[in-house]
Parts: sequence; C-alpha cells; structure tokens
Amino acid sequence: MTAYILRRLLMMVPLIFGITLITFIVIHLAPGGPVEVETEMSLKATAQARDNLKRLYGLDKPLHVQYIEWVKRFVKLDFGVSFVDGKKVTDKIRESVGVTLIINLLSLMLIVIIAVPVGILSAVKQYSLFDKIVTVFVFIGFSTPTFWLALIMMILFGVTLGLLPISGIQSIDVSGMGSLGRLWDWTRHLIMPVGLSAFGGIAGFSRYSRSSVLEVIRQDYIRTARAKGLKETEVIFRHAVRNALLPIVTILGLSVPGLIGGAVIFETIFAIPGMGRLFYSSTMSRDYPTIMGILVIGAILTLLGNLIADISYAFVDPRIRVQQK
Amino acid sequence: MLKIIWRRFRENPLSVTGLAIILVLAMVAVFAPFIAPYKPTAINVYNVLSPPDTAHLFGTDDLGRDVLSRMIWGSRASLKVGFFAVGIAITIGIVLGAIAGFYGGVIDGLIMRFVDIMLAFPTFFLILAVIAIVEPSLPTIMAIIGVTSWMDVARLVRAEFLSLKERDFVSSARAIGASDFRIIFKHIIPNALSPVFVSATFGIAGAILIESGLSFLGLGVQPPEPSWGNILTSGKDNITVAWWLSLFPGLAILVTVLSYNLVGEGLRDALDPRLWQHEK
Repeated sequence: MTAYILRRLLMMVPLIFGITLITFIVIHLAPGGPVEVETEMSLKATAQARDNLKRLYGLDKPLHVQYIEWVKRFVKLDFGVSFVDGKKVTDKIRESVGVTLIINLLSLMLIVIIAVPVGILSAVKQYSLFDKIVTVFVFIGFSTPTFWLALIMMILFGVTLGLLPISGIQSIDVSGMGSLGRLWDWTRHLIMPVGLSAFGGIAGFSRYSRSSVLEVIRQDYIRTARAKGLKETEVIFRHAVRNALLPIVTILGLSVPGLIGGAVIFETIFAIPGMGRLFYSSTMSRDYPTIMGILVIGAILTLLGNLIADISYAFVDPRIRVQQK
Repeated sequence: MLKIIWRRFRENPLSVTGLAIILVLAMVAVFAPFIAPYKPTAINVYNVLSPPDTAHLFGTDDLGRDVLSRMIWGSRASLKVGFFAVGIAITIGIVLGAIAGFYGGVIDGLIMRFVDIMLAFPTFFLILAVIAIVEPSLPTIMAIIGVTSWMDVARLVRAEFLSLKERDFVSSARAIGASDFRIIFKHIIPNALSPVFVSATFGIAGAILIESGLSFLGLGVQPPEPSWGNILTSGKDNITVAWWLSLFPGLAILVTVLSYNLVGEGLRDALDPRLWQHEK
C-alpha cells in the first residue's frame, strides 16, 4: 500500500511541473504584460519608469530565466507579492483557502448524502414514478445555470421571505453573539452557498449511482445471491450496493475541479471571502502574481483530490488491496 | 445510415422536442432584427425597471431597455458561442486524439499527460486567467472556451483510434501504400466520429453555460451588446426590485441548455450500435 501511495505521489511530480509551465506560459503571453497594467492608468509613466518596474519584477530577463526563478521560489511556496496591496500572495491564499475548502467539503458531503440513496432507490425501482421524477430532475439539474438559481434563491429566501442572509459569512453584529449564536449565524450564511454548489453535483451523482447499481444488478453474483434465497434487501445492500459504490469514489475525486471552479461564481455572488472570489478580483485587477499562485494551487488541490480518491479506492477495493501486498 | 439514425432518434419524443426548440431558437437568432419589438440598445429614461406589461412583455431594465428584445438579440451570442467554441474544441480534440491514438508510444504519452495537466486546472480558472490578459468580448471568449475544452474529445478519439487502427480495413489501406495522413483522415476519422458528435452536442450546452456565467461576472460579452448572462448581471444589481430581470433570461438559458442535452442524449442512443440489433 505504501509503495502504491509513493508511486502515485511520484506520478504527480511531472504533472505539477506541467501545471507550472502552462500557468507561466498563459500569463506571459500577455500582450503588454504586468507592467503595462501598472502604468496604463498614469500618462506620466515614462519609458524610464517602465524599465525600472520591469527590473523590479525581473521582467527584463529572458523568459526561461524568469520561469526558472519563479519555479525556484514556488518550491519554497513563495509566489511573490500582490500588485494590488503589496501583501504576500501566499498569505492571501492562506487566508482565503479555508472558507473555500470548508464549503466544498460540506457540499461534497451533501452530494453523497442525497445523491447516493436517491441513485440506489431509482435503480432498484427502475422505471417507477420515483425513477422518472429523478430522471427529470437530473436533466434539469444538468442544464440549470447555478448562478441564476442562486439569484432566484436570493430573491426568494433573502428578499421576499427574508429568511436567509444573502451575502458574506457572518453578520455585522456577530461579536455580540455567544458561541452558539455565532455557529447558527455562520450556518445561516452557508446554507445557500453550500446547497447551490452541491446542486449540480447531486444531479450528476444520482445519475452515476443509478447506472452503477443497474450495471451491478445484472451481474451473475447477484443472480446467485437471489438464487440461494437471500432477502431482497440483503441482496441489494450487501451485494449490489457495496460493489456499485466503488467507482463512485473515483468520480467523487474527479468532481473536485468543478467544485473549486464553481467557487469563483458562488463566492462572488454571495460575497464570500474565499479563494474563488480572490481569483475573480485578481482577474479584474490583473494581479498577475496572485492569478499565477491561485492557478497553481487550484490545480494542485485537484490533483490531491484525485490522489485521495485513488487511495481510498485502493483501500475499499479488495482486488487492488491484495494485489499490492 | 443517416436514415437509420434519424429513425432511431425520432423514437425519443423528448429529444425531438429539444431539436425543435433548438431550431426555433436558431430562427429567432437569425431573424432577430425582424422579431424584436424594440431596438435592444434603445434607452428610455422615463420607463426604467418597469414590470412586465403588454408594451414590454418581459419588462424593462435599469436603462429602460426592453428585456424581451435584448433576450432575442442575446440568443445570437449563445448560438455563436455554442457552435464556434465547440468547433474549435472538437478540431483540436480530433487532431490531438488522432495523433496520440495512431502513433502511440512516446507521442501518445506526451499528449495524454498534456490532457491530464489541462484537466487538473479547476473549471473556469484557465479561462479567467486568459481573460485577465485579453479584453473580454464575444470572439475572445469563444476562442478561450474552445481551447480549454477539447480534452474529452481528444480522449474519445484516441480510444476510437486505438481499436480502429488494428482493423483489417486499415491494414488494407496501408498495404496499398496509403500515407499516414490519408489513413488517419480518410479511413479512421470518419469511423471515429459518432462519439464526437454526441460529445459536441453536450459541449454546446456546456459552452452556453460557461458563456452566460462569464458574461454574468462581467468577463464575457460586454454591454451594451446583449447576452443572456449580462442581462442577469443587471438582475443581480436590481435584485430587490426587479425579479423579471433575473427570471426570464435564466429560464432562456435553462431551456436552451436542456434542449441541447436532450438532443445529445437522443443522439447517443441513436448512434449506439449496441442498440441497433432489432433494426436489421
């Protein structure tokens, strides 16, 4: 098992290298580059001033030298300082990544809790009314622009009914609350963002678990289990579901990039101070060091998500477990 | 062949409905200047944020522009993004997937690692990073969505190539001296296209969603040029007073994307040879 994990970790190294390379190339394709952005607002910026700025950021050196220097600093987790406020990019990311991860973990949990039972049930009762309703929901879920759904929910729960707050992660008067009150306040703020970022995933996952269970139900060992007279519940839960859920673990890992990407939209709409909103505001202000930092960190988080999925797959799948020994 | 596909496609009423909606939307987009009751950019400061009524079926926005007319013109943006972005994506995907699958070995390894790397970036992240550099506009986001969404097609085409290149008709072509280029483009690609068509249909749906999301964030189609996404931006800005600005454009996106997804589903069943047996 250790050998397997080590090998998977080693496989990540060239991918991370590629991620840094693509990030660097994308940013340095910029027609004007970072210095243009800093000086385009002021007409007084002379050629001299531009050269000084270029030297300051090391932009006067050849591209490959710049890349190597950037990667060297990146290995020490130093992404330079933000153009906007002069803070360290690493600090900015560290301050914001927590909220994003919490929201993503909560919505992953929500997805699994809702989608897996729904998928199993609609597979077991294939072509029933329940199954048909689920299928309709899945198609609508796939096709709904979730940022629009967020707007409608804000109008409904925030404006019309006044039940839930529509921005931020805490109220202004939060300091006056007890710890229970704070937790409740925090929960109220997160209900809509978490629910909405899970929305698309719930549709997708009910579909996956449904087809996965349907696939397994056709297998010979299920017929065997039925033939030897096991109760239907036992057949479904002990034999079918356990096998059907294996591939779901992998797909869960594959959904990480979508969730992190969705954070850009949700955090912007709900004004949540996470990595997605940081990325959005960095894009708007062309804060290149921050953009590069978040691109790399976001991609590495995705790789880690896949890694965790693969490792847990190896843990739950006896075939891989035995093979590794 | 086409007849068989159409006959199988026709069996699914939902997919046919989807196709009908898509055709109607395409007509709306093409004939927008004749259908739209008002000019999409006509500002009327005496009639801002007026709720839906008989003069303005979907109400007016914060500049007094007719929302229905802006939506009709906005359907052009969705249609263009859908087709051009996916056109770019499937072109890149087919070429890279074909090369990887046909030559195998080191080339295959390199291309597939490239696919892995591109897939590691969270959805939206690469697109946003590029938009930070270039000015956002309809043509640029079509190009950006295209060059960041070819990976699935590349994988599909590669998989098709891996099995097709071992078949007898390829060996025969090689035996009579056909060049690699000819074998790839004349013999294998036409046989590998079915899954690409299905994936492209779903891809159009995805591209429309991404475009509307970007335009909503102010990073896509720029006002005053209308798009469903940027009408929703003014919906968010006036969220407490004008529900119609949020409701109708969103429904338009939902119905359009749903239609492409339904057609994709129908196409997948119609093109799946495993479901063909009883036809013959």
